[in-house]
Amino acid sequence: MGLENTLFESLPDVVTVKLDAVVNWARKSSLWPATFGLACCAIEMMNTVSARNDLSRFGAETFRASPRQADVMIVSGRVSRKMAPVLRRIYDQMPEPKWVISMGACATSGGVFDNYAIVQGVDKIVPVDIYVPGCPPRPEMLVHAITMLQDKIMKESVKDRRDTFEPESRVSIVPGTLPVTEGTALEKETEIEVAQHQVSRPYTIPSRHEKRRSS
Amino acid sequence: MSTAVENIPGVEVLDESLESQMTLSMGPQHPSTHGVLRLDLRLDGELVIKAIPDIGYLHTGMEKLFEYKKYQQGIVITDRMDYLNPLGNNLAYVMAAEKLLDLEIPERAQVIRVLMCELQRIASHMVWLGTHALDIGAMSVFFYCFRQREKILNLIEAASGGRMTPSYFRIGGLMMDLPAGFERRCNQFMADFPEAMNTFETLVTGNTIWQSRTMGIGVISAEDAIDWGLTGPCLRGSGVDLDLRRDNPYTGYETYDFEIPVEQDCDVWARFRVRMRECYESYKIVRQALDRLRPGPIKADAPKVVLPDRDDMRKHMDSLIHHFLIVAEGFNIPPGEVYMPIEASKGELGVYMKSNGGPKPDRVHFRGPSFVNLSALPVMSEGEMVADVVAIIGSLDIVLGEIDR
Amino acid sequence: MTEQLREFVDKLKGGNPNWIMEVVEGHGEVTVVTPRESIAEACAFLKNEQGFDMLADLCGADRGPEEDPRFEVNYHLFSTKHHKRLRLKVLLSEDDPHVETVTTLWRTADWHERETYDMFGVIFDGHPDLRRILLPSDFDGHALRKDYPLRGYEPYSMN
Repeated sequence: MGLENTLFESLPDVVTVKLDAVVNWARKSSLWPATFGLACCAIEMMNTVSARNDLSRFGAETFRASPRQADVMIVSGRVSRKMAPVLRRIYDQMPEPKWVISMGACATSGGVFDNYAIVQGVDKIVPVDIYVPGCPPRPEMLVHAITMLQDKIMKESVKDRRDTFEPESRVSIVPGTLPVTEGTALEKETEIEVAQHQVSRPYTIPSRHEKRRSS
Repeated sequence: MSTAVENIPGVEVLDESLESQMTLSMGPQHPSTHGVLRLDLRLDGELVIKAIPDIGYLHTGMEKLFEYKKYQQGIVITDRMDYLNPLGNNLAYVMAAEKLLDLEIPERAQVIRVLMCELQRIASHMVWLGTHALDIGAMSVFFYCFRQREKILNLIEAASGGRMTPSYFRIGGLMMDLPAGFERRCNQFMADFPEAMNTFETLVTGNTIWQSRTMGIGVISAEDAIDWGLTGPCLRGSGVDLDLRRDNPYTGYETYDFEIPVEQDCDVWARFRVRMRECYESYKIVRQALDRLRPGPIKADAPKVVLPDRDDMRKHMDSLIHHFLIVAEGFNIPPGEVYMPIEASKGELGVYMKSNGGPKPDRVHFRGPSFVNLSALPVMSEGEMVADVVAIIGSLDIVLGEIDR
Repeated sequence: MTEQLREFVDKLKGGNPNWIMEVVEGHGEVTVVTPRESIAEACAFLKNEQGFDMLADLCGADRGPEEDPRFEVNYHLFSTKHHKRLRLKVLLSEDDPHVETVTTLWRTADWHERETYDMFGVIFDGHPDLRRILLPSDFDGHALRKDYPLRGYEPYSMN
């Protein structure tokens, strides 16, 4: 008996359902993670995506490289101080609704590394929904985390996810001020070029829908 | 391979001053950089004029942490360094400490060390092949490689309890003996492995797309390679016959019968062939090691350094005292300094360990092969297209945990 | 094996006896302590005439803030022809941590020297581009010095 047969016999043509249920069901069944593999946990994340523990069974079909197309950011690995602003920027560039899974002991709390270089827990930078312990967590644990996140999403409401304005992700950077070029001859010649208006477009360009926002 | 605009037939450059250079920042969040690497690319269209790597996004301060941890506590940190080859890191650190102590390791421990290291080398090359192929566009190879890697991870987990962070070796021997049935499971894996390698050869080596994307790309000559300090498959792909397992042997490698693959082409294709052939050689070594396993002790005879057996500890007072002292206070290593290089899957992994007579080391420095291999990236990628830079990074087989430590 | 390494030390002494301040042997390795003014010449001699064509590692070490000289820089030389290793060591005091670069001899020293500068503050004269490599470029201090605390000075937080 096909699905269409069952539905046709048991349900009427018009069904009344809570908007939250439908929206949340759609969101949880197609959670596309952003590739944010940092260290060893990233390899376990790759193992989770591979054939034996297949994450796309649970809706995480593709890992999108661009944060603009991703729903969930799985921070897998230790976050160093140099990487922390980048992490925040990628989080800001993700459109709502977005969730964060902090995978592994290093992302959750700094892990084995309690020192000057590692941020002691990624929740000091981004708000985290699910924490996964382990060093590295087994692939089954990451799958459990995704299912827990799916349960969490089902309990949400559409009213919680109003539009927010994050000004930091819309700042454009003058070319030549990337960290690697600071203080070197490259920066000086780019400053001269900037002064003489000979450069190409800036580093981040706000997209059309961001520019339309009035407030 | 000269891919300058002037050399493409039929293209005329009308006005040189119209050529504009663009600075493109590739990374640190990028699917193809194998970790958090940032490349500052100065491009002329698609052509790379200069590629400057910017590292440090995964800097963990491990070398500072070693100075605050006792010698055996440091073994756990070494796992996280080159996280695709953790047993290799463990081995280098442990052997440096053993060299400082002048310990003699029993035969069975040495054979098991060789066995586990070669299995780890195959696992590391599986990840390399999978991610390299994924970057170049062959997605199925990724899944096939990780399927083989799962089997090896199961073996390592059976022996040590950890898939990717085993910490299996200890100063003076091993953590525990191999479990019962390990040889049978290892033989099962070895029986399937040649067929898996055949699949990879069919999918990748004979593929014309693969060949045209890897031949002639990322050329570095032998003198340049030695000047830039390249080691491992990157150096052997440029024609230099150097392998520390044969030339500076350790853990009994001089008694095994294996060949060192060397290719003369100096490009991405040569490095690819070297690593594929290394998988076969590692297979041979694992076979020989399995045949050589004989019952025997797995820890050195040094009660002040090596933890006693649990049974012994429960029955004899002196074993209990040694156990307590080793765990609570650590053992002292007499002052000295040592540099212990091993042939990890990526090249020469060297540990410089300096002790000042206390239970914690004074300075531990890891010479990561990926750190040095990556420094040659600007030389290899000058004049290549952006897509070729991705292929070159894949062929260097870098791991950011080892670069940034 | 130490006998063959001693031959290299003898040849080094034959090149110029001022290059050697002290020779330390242990665990099958030989360390030559060189005064810092002659490190580049000694390395050039070993590279061009004795066949040590690869610089395997260049690392620094901090002996502690009370010691003088405080820093040491170790050069691990390796030869792809005769597979022997030799270590050269330079001792530097804290108020003048300058030493000449060896990037003209081995280009791999570039990144190693940047890392040593980053971690210890040892300045390599003549280096083409001496800036921080592992720590963030606005980091204050040199992390692997013994008087730099393990946990740093302030925890990182964005909230």
